[in-house]
Amino acid sequence: MIQARGLVQTFTTREGRAKKEVRAVDGVDLDVAEGEVVGFLGPNGAGKTTTLRMLTTLLRPSAGTATVAGFDVVRAPAEVRRRIGYVSQSGSTGSFARAGDEIVDHGMLYGMSGADARRRGRELFEQLDLPGMWTRQPRSMSGGQRRRLDIAMGLVHDPTLVFLDEPTTGLDPQARANLWQHIAGLRTERGATVFLTTHYLDEADTLSDRIVVIDHGRIVAADTSDNLKAQVAGDLVDLEVVDPGRVADVAARLGAIATGVEVEGRHARGRVPRAAVAVPPLLRDLAVAGTDLATFEVRRPTLDDVFLALTGRSLRDSGAASEDPDPPGSADSPDSPDRADSPTTDTSRPTGVRA
Amino acid sequence: MTFLRQSFIVFRRQLRMNLRNPAWVLIGLMQPVLYLFLFGPLLEPIARQFGYANSWTFFVPGMLVQLGLFGAFFAGFGLISEWRDGVVEAERVTPASRTALLMGRLWRDLLQLFVQALVLIGLGYALGMDASAGGAALGVVLTLLMGGACAAASNALALTTKSEDVMAPVINVVMMPVLLLSGILLPMTLGKQWLQDVSDFMPVRWITDAVRTSFLGEFGNDRMLWGSAWALGLFAAAMWWGTSTFRKEDA
Repeated sequence: MIQARGLVQTFTTREGRAKKEVRAVDGVDLDVAEGEVVGFLGPNGAGKTTTLRMLTTLLRPSAGTATVAGFDVVRAPAEVRRRIGYVSQSGSTGSFARAGDEIVDHGMLYGMSGADARRRGRELFEQLDLPGMWTRQPRSMSGGQRRRLDIAMGLVHDPTLVFLDEPTTGLDPQARANLWQHIAGLRTERGATVFLTTHYLDEADTLSDRIVVIDHGRIVAADTSDNLKAQVAGDLVDLEVVDPGRVADVAARLGAIATGVEVEGRHARGRVPRAAVAVPPLLRDLAVAGTDLATFEVRRPTLDDVFLALTGRSLRDSGAASEDPDPPGSADSPDSPDRADSPTTDTSRPTGVRA
Repeated sequence: MTFLRQSFIVFRRQLRMNLRNPAWVLIGLMQPVLYLFLFGPLLEPIARQFGYANSWTFFVPGMLVQLGLFGAFFAGFGLISEWRDGVVEAERVTPASRTALLMGRLWRDLLQLFVQALVLIGLGYALGMDASAGGAALGVVLTLLMGGACAAASNALALTTKSEDVMAPVINVVMMPVLLLSGILLPMTLGKQWLQDVSDFMPVRWITDAVRTSFLGEFGNDRMLWGSAWALGLFAAAMWWGTSTFRKEDA
């Protein structure tokens, strides 16, 4: 459905007097198969939206090629547009228009007859839980309703491929969970291929078959959520001792089965492959040695751990990373700061991983 | 055919939203009325000084040009809030022609101007304007060309700046000299020679002159020729700017 090779987007920004070229997207390769739901994950400013805008023909790539829904985005943009639905981050309906009118006009711009667009719009309002909203103005809808209306706008012409840009940003948890159901339904009920960007780990985790991670305009990983997590090499095991004097001994014992062991106060932490099997003997040994534990925790790796392992930065605090994309070549060795010293971080950054 | 249909869809959407806003309709209609009733009488006693027996025949064409200029200059502001709502992007992701997206909006602006022109001229005749009907019709055509140019330019500017805060001062800077040097309110011939020379460089002045002579029923003169040429030229240039802005990637 999507095949991109070496997509590049450069912008020129001014820094004082000097012009500076910024590569917002720096050689992205992507393959998305029909019927897949792919999550495009990365911090703000990593190049997600820019990539999406190139794939949806809104932005001409500075270099590289992309075939979307069977057509080249540069040579046959109209054919691509006919076949894709795009739900942008910024919304799609006039605040003062009426929801139903907007959807009918939108359908008609795709060449549908007025009657077809109306019937299809009504159907979508039904499916997306927008009852009685036909004559409502978008400005008086809730955030969740407005997002669902945007999705209805993107679906009116029955696209086989749907792009969603940060679909749940700014929604409350309940509205998010509700929207997730509808997004999951895009494939199960309509057989659509879905490509969604997000900077929420749980969202990518919940919705996608496969996750593509982008950072500084480059793809740093592309795999299933489980496989990505497996790369982190183990569950995080955290042992808190009662007697601070014993923490070094605990760390040493943990080191026998864990990698990246570190000590912080009365806590010893490390990554243990298959912790569920490996940890009970350790606990027994500690009991025999007379070391009492205050607390004990095993945490499965999250996508945040994955991101940290891949990029050396946590997703949660990398919002500002967008301001200074690395010059090419300088970011190929993501040395993890504190914890997650998993073996995967030693390999150089896999740029342009084929999905 | 597709192009016309797409333009029409955009036009209908714009018109529907405008008509639903009573303030827009009211202000649009009140503008010509207020100008006629509150400014027109001031000219009555002095119209003879610049060679017009009937002050309305002088004043109505000027007002017509003024409406064409000012209404259309502000047309782009609505586009900025549409852009902010994501409407422009949503339209651009459809296979619709980019030019149709602009054209539909221009039709709305031109229709507004046309209705205002009818009100203005109708009231003018009611107040005793003595103008040739064919000339008035030609004057409206010239005004629509010029108004279309301003609206297209305004839309292009809106999509380029994407900010009311940037656009407002730009429009003010453009509008001041246009208003002062085009002889809309008072004829430039009242002024000193140097002022007339400066105003020769103001395209709108030629258009204003052409619309005035047209109302008088004098078609075969230089003013008519120059004014028509300027109206056509401005229209062509602004259309080119507008369409290239709408076609531009990432607009």
